Amino acid sequence: MTTQSAQAPPPERLQEDFDATIAHDQRIEPRDWMPDGYRGTLVRQIAQHAHSEIIGMQPEGEWIGRAPSLRRKAILLAKVQDEAGHGLYLYSAAETLGTDRAELTQRLIEGRQKYSSIFNYPTLTFADVGVIGWLVDGAAICNQVPLCRSSYGPYARAMVRICKEESFHQRQGYELLMTMMRGTDAQREMVQDAVDRWWWPSLMMFGPPDDASPNSARSMAWKIKRHSNDELRRRFVDMTVPQAEKLGVTLPDPELRRNEQSGRYDFGTPDWDELTRVIKGDGPCNAERMRRRRSAHEDGAWVREAATAHAAKQAARARKEAAA
Amino acid sequence: MTAEEHGWPLYEVFVRGKRGLNHVHVGSLHAADDTMALTHARDLYTRRNEGVSIWVVRSEYIAASTRDEKDPFFAPSADKVYRHPTFYDIPGDVPHI
Amino acid sequence: MSDDHVYMTLAEGHEDDSRWAFGTGFEDPLHGVDTAVPEGVDAAALAADCVALADDALVLAQRLAEWITRAPELEEEVALANIGLDLLGQARLLYSRAGQTDGTGRDEDAYAYFRDPADFRNVRLAELPREDFAFAVTRLLVLSAWRLEHFRRLTAHPDPVLAAVAAKGVKELTYHRQYAAEWVVRLGDGTPESHRRTRTALDRVAPYLGELFTACDVREEVVAVLRQVTEAAGLPMPAYRPLPGSGRDGEHTEHLAPLLAELQSVARAHPEATW
Repeated sequence: MTTQSAQAPPPERLQEDFDATIAHDQRIEPRDWMPDGYRGTLVRQIAQHAHSEIIGMQPEGEWIGRAPSLRRKAILLAKVQDEAGHGLYLYSAAETLGTDRAELTQRLIEGRQKYSSIFNYPTLTFADVGVIGWLVDGAAICNQVPLCRSSYGPYARAMVRICKEESFHQRQGYELLMTMMRGTDAQREMVQDAVDRWWWPSLMMFGPPDDASPNSARSMAWKIKRHSNDELRRRFVDMTVPQAEKLGVTLPDPELRRNEQSGRYDFGTPDWDELTRVIKGDGPCNAERMRRRRSAHEDGAWVREAATAHAAKQAARARKEAAA
Repeated sequence: MTAEEHGWPLYEVFVRGKRGLNHVHVGSLHAADDTMALTHARDLYTRRNEGVSIWVVRSEYIAASTRDEKDPFFAPSADKVYRHPTFYDIPGDVPHI
Repeated sequence: MSDDHVYMTLAEGHEDDSRWAFGTGFEDPLHGVDTAVPEGVDAAALAADCVALADDALVLAQRLAEWITRAPELEEEVALANIGLDLLGQARLLYSRAGQTDGTGRDEDAYAYFRDPADFRNVRLAELPREDFAFAVTRLLVLSAWRLEHFRRLTAHPDPVLAAVAAKGVKELTYHRQYAAEWVVRLGDGTPESHRRTRTALDRVAPYLGELFTACDVREEVVAVLRQVTEAAGLPMPAYRPLPGSGRDGEHTEHLAPLLAELQSVARAHPEATW
């Protein structure tokens, strides 16, 4: 803190206050003292989340121009627009931690910060739009609803807004799939094919298994995160299997079955090597996604500069007028 | 980073959802000037719902109190609204900080 | 707030499901409006007018949507999508009205997806390729200024449905025009590069102005808007050389067919499907 006086409180005092706030389930707010690790973890997580919303516009955005009815076109355009909005809410939350958005954007397009691996898979048919809504947004909801109680105030508040809209995104996806399943044989095949391609990547959205996720424990202690990766993944499976049955699609996992004792579902192990590969940049669409984001940013530079120049000229004109 | 690389300045947005209520802080956005900030705020935070009232103000113009005004240790009583920018610049190659 | 049942917590405060995402729900602007064609109104002509105005909106919305994931700043993604959604909404209502009045009973998608380029009646300015952001906002300024004045007149149309659609559209178009005008001023006044690009955009748009005024003569109002904006932007008024032909007569540029090929591709690949 730049303006703090010489007689700053001792670090133990600050740490105690912070710990007490977390212990009482109260929110940490932007100007509070916080450990550097807490701040850094939040910046990383919120930025990654924001980047995911923005990159996530691309796979679905591909289909706005080709949506097969005007109603679906409007829904999809609105949905992709919501994602831009979510990205903005999240960048706004990240900025309260003292990193500005331009810096975060720079880190993204230089590949120094990640986004969700799921968006490195291609959207091959219009059924993918429905399956992304159902499975990908469904998984996102499982991840995100607990974040509405995250210990960092601005993040938690952004998540409340986002989760409300996400639930509608998921519903529109499921509704599209229901409609397609009632349609032609070709449509039903498209749906099943999309489910086959997106199921495992959706499970990977919860991150590596708990024993390979060293930072999870710390994030949970800080109440940034509320549940472990594996627990969230299980919740998602429990929630999704009955929906798949109702829809009439088969989830591509031979090991998937109901465990009569626990009442929950046992399921197979995702291909963690694939997740590692995709995170490292070798997914089917990593290069394409980054290229699009980078060129939008670079192609827009002259527009942003022009607006800044105009604002400066306007301010100068106003000063001159006031002086006259 | 240069001024351009930092992009448009940050604005805080306050919205009065309906008559009889106060303006409430809803978040922030970037804009080149006040007019653009209002346009963006309307698009982003109110979904262009007519009849609501919006205030925008450059974040740097807000003076903020510290967490506990009674605390004698925090001498300056007016500070930036966020502990802003780059003195929390985290190098991208440091894992998981 | 309990997070044990993820969906339960999301149900709170969302009785209004029709509004699940912006631009797709909201109140029905035709609520309570009599859909019978009033006596004295030529139903065929009314349908043709509705189709032409819907085509303008659909084709421009398609071009605006091309900006999604390509806009110069994230806030502009949101703004451009908002405008595209408004136009899509207008197109849907107008196509539906055409289907009620031209005797075919077609639905909105029959017009959008199962007509060929030569059957489209949109003005050519709407179909020109995306180009750069200067062109996007300049085209939007001209088209929204023109459409706004057009719709203002239509609010007095004897067909109550078209009048209601126009009344809703006036509010939307006022916003579109303002958004575009603000940007044209910024770009015209901004940097030498943005000034040059905006001048080029104005020159590119100018030949298509005549076609707009033939379709609906609101020349005086539109020119007044353009004069005001260009003056504030420090730009010259574009030289006015009308290009012969009109999209209203089915005469299009080479750019419409590929636009429609993309728009219609999935729908035509599965003509029996429901979506």
